[in-house]
Amino acid sequence: MSYEGMIAESVTINGHNDEMISAYMARPLGPGPYPGVVLIHHLPGWDEWYREATRRFAHHGYAAISHNLYHRVGQGNAEDVAAKARAEGGVADDQMVGDTEGAVQWLSAQAYHNGKTGVIGSCSGGRQAFLYACKTNSIDAVIDLWGGRVVQAEDDRPEKQPVQPLDMTKDLSCPLLGLFGNDDRAPNPEQVDQHEAELKKHGKDYEFHRYDDAGHGFFYYHRPMYRAEQAVDGWEKVFAFFQKHLAA
Amino acid sequence: MCTSIVEAFDADGAGKGADGWFTISRGVVSYDHPQYAFLEDAIAIDFMNPVDGPEKRAAVELTLDSAKALSAALTRAIAAAEAEEAELDRGFRIAV
Repeated sequence: MSYEGMIAESVTINGHNDEMISAYMARPLGPGPYPGVVLIHHLPGWDEWYREATRRFAHHGYAAISHNLYHRVGQGNAEDVAAKARAEGGVADDQMVGDTEGAVQWLSAQAYHNGKTGVIGSCSGGRQAFLYACKTNSIDAVIDLWGGRVVQAEDDRPEKQPVQPLDMTKDLSCPLLGLFGNDDRAPNPEQVDQHEAELKKHGKDYEFHRYDDAGHGFFYYHRPMYRAEQAVDGWEKVFAFFQKHLAA
Repeated sequence: MCTSIVEAFDADGAGKGADGWFTISRGVVSYDHPQYAFLEDAIAIDFMNPVDGPEKRAAVELTLDSAKALSAALTRAIAAAEAEEAELDRGFRIAV
């Protein structure tokens, strides 16, 4: 068996408006080149699951980074920080785009990067990943895992998220993979239909996979929504998609 | 489910968190993914003092039925407390 190793550590990157924010990165030990993956964490915060997912991408040969969208909210226990972020109305979309661009550019500057980068996010991070891919031309692939509020109701346009991502679909700049559970209520299947119709309307390169007997967050092995069969298949689709679009 | 169900209010009192008692200034009620309760979605109630940092937080996660029971219990307790206060106030005015 050949030698196998990785490095995983916290780093500091330039986020929105060049403000410094924290991030967690993992990559295989070696010179590369490795494709890059940026992970956008979910509403429950910059937590252990996202650390694990970051290392999982490194295990599969990617240079991965998960930036802390809640850095400005405060430091400490991820759950407490997430609760404070929720009380503040979450993260502004513009700030998220700036922070994510910072993570993408940080990866691009590394000597071991192969020049291609994908972005993936789940839950609120799925919405944000899609939104980011509509707002920039910086990446080569994007994955939306059950992102809620891509379709926002007319009365759901808070100051920090003033435009529903659905309306940005025409500007999607790279191929999109979406994974959804048919029992999910946000996004529900009708909202996924709406999103898919918009992607078709604008001739976008996308793959949507919808799973029966799964709801929201079916990758989360520590939560009751975990669905092993669908999660295994979903992870295979994630890696196949990034392999297709990010290999040098 | 990713909801936008969040109701926040100013709160004056105290809560007990991981590091003991602290003064609270804010309460937040939401319905979304719980962090700990083994439920897909839960009513989360956080009492916090954002100025003093994220760790100043006392939290519960409840089933919808439990949250309804809490709401009803609060309504009853508040009604009884207000009756008690009104009684005391009337007694004070008579004494004066």
